[in-house]
Amino acid sequence: MRDVAVIGVGLTQFGELWEKSFRELIAEAGAKAILDSGISGKEVDAMYVGSMSSGRFIGQEHIGALVADASGFSFAHVPSTRVEGACASGGLAVRQGYLAVASGMHDVVVVGGIEKMNDVGGTSATETLATAADQEWEAFFGATFPGIYAMIATRHMHDYGTTREQMAQVAVKNHMNGVLNPYAQYRKEISLDAVLNATMVAYPLGLLDCSPVSDGAASIVLCAAEKAKKYTNKAVKIIAAGQASDTLALHARENICTLQATVHAAKMAYKQANLTPKDIDLAEVHDCFTIAEICAIEDLGFVKKGEGGKAIDNRITTRDGSLPVNTSGGLKAKGHPVGATGVAQVIEIALQLRGDAEKRQVPDARIGLAHNVGGSGATCTVHILEAM
Amino acid sequence: MGEAVARFWREIPQRYNFMGNKCGSCERIFFPPREACPFCRRKSMGKMQEVQLTGKGEVVTYTIIHVGPEEFEEQVPYPIAIIKLEEGPQITGQIVDCSIDDIHIGLKVESTFRRIQAEGYTGAIYYGYKFKKCE
Repeated sequence: MRDVAVIGVGLTQFGELWEKSFRELIAEAGAKAILDSGISGKEVDAMYVGSMSSGRFIGQEHIGALVADASGFSFAHVPSTRVEGACASGGLAVRQGYLAVASGMHDVVVVGGIEKMNDVGGTSATETLATAADQEWEAFFGATFPGIYAMIATRHMHDYGTTREQMAQVAVKNHMNGVLNPYAQYRKEISLDAVLNATMVAYPLGLLDCSPVSDGAASIVLCAAEKAKKYTNKAVKIIAAGQASDTLALHARENICTLQATVHAAKMAYKQANLTPKDIDLAEVHDCFTIAEICAIEDLGFVKKGEGGKAIDNRITTRDGSLPVNTSGGLKAKGHPVGATGVAQVIEIALQLRGDAEKRQVPDARIGLAHNVGGSGATCTVHILEAM
Repeated sequence: MGEAVARFWREIPQRYNFMGNKCGSCERIFFPPREACPFCRRKSMGKMQEVQLTGKGEVVTYTIIHVGPEEFEEQVPYPIAIIKLEEGPQITGQIVDCSIDDIHIGLKVESTFRRIQAEGYTGAIYYGYKFKKCE
């Protein structure tokens, strides 16, 4: 295995992008990443693209080839592969790209992630997201996707005394960060009262505890670290790529409040990087719902199990805290075009480690972690990046 | 949902009759039934035995759905819970016939056979289990 570097990053605006198609979005993100990297198109050896459900969102499968075509690589016949793991599709694509370069098979790989969710109505988008849950044994009985995370929240409140206010503070914090991210869907602060009094979606989660339905694409260029200098002086190294699985249905897990896929993906990543949670300077975690960020900081080992709510009260995870979490605005404020999310998280960490995060910059950031979850925790990826 | 109905016929033994299975090696009970025990794997091959479950259990966690899928729209707000059955498996289901305020973690419940959803006014009607408070 050899070291792998991120040498270029590209994002589109996240939001309700009525005027842009799926093809335009992925081509824009890819072109930005390639221009940022300094490579020329003919140096691209392979492509991986994460998309959760292009079939239901835009009625189109065969996305690997489509993305290569839309990005101008069809006549170069570059191998292009679509990767799917629900909301972790982007994280899986990053990991596949990483493995392709680390193995020595390819020198330069472009990784993309995309979802175009607003071409179907809101109800249809929610039903498509629910396909990440167990259709036969959860959704069939009327469990919605927010409902499944709500059941994690109810049990977390019962076992650890976590409050609705603590969950709401996650949304307030992530919106404060989103204000400073030019690509974010919501660049607007929200008040604690607004979160607590928002329309109830699935008790105890209100509308502002939930990440939005979004369009957007993200792309990175990966390259063998030893060759990165040839192209750029802005490279950052991927020092670990963990991944784990768990039961598809939440109910089949022994402990409802612990995402074992996160625990195991993190364990794999920390072991590969020879680091502990204390060594991490900042993290992008999967806050599809506010309770998910609380579980994530516990399951990644940043705080003890059950103390995620208190960590919010103690402002550990704010931008000026000891462990800034979701400086990009997170899924909550930046937006959550599901297939793009895992790639966009790696981009935020890369920008922070490069010192390119502008007004969101965390001073002296050297090591960052990106945590991407599919479904209610049946798939998880954890990537650790280090400044070069 | 609009899928071929065969998919739902396959699940009738479980959804209508609460039929699970047991690993002949470690004696763990599963619902829905599994092809192999995920703990014993090859040792369980050919040793999985059908087990009739009682449908009794208690609430592990719950939520009240306020924004539901199309098929459930007329029922909101409705409670959904994870139930730990007395034989061990945990499952997801609706709680019915009680006030939302009565629902709490630890509540003892038993299964009841109900209509779950329908494909519009003319499509297939799907039945299965829901849960009510134990008498």
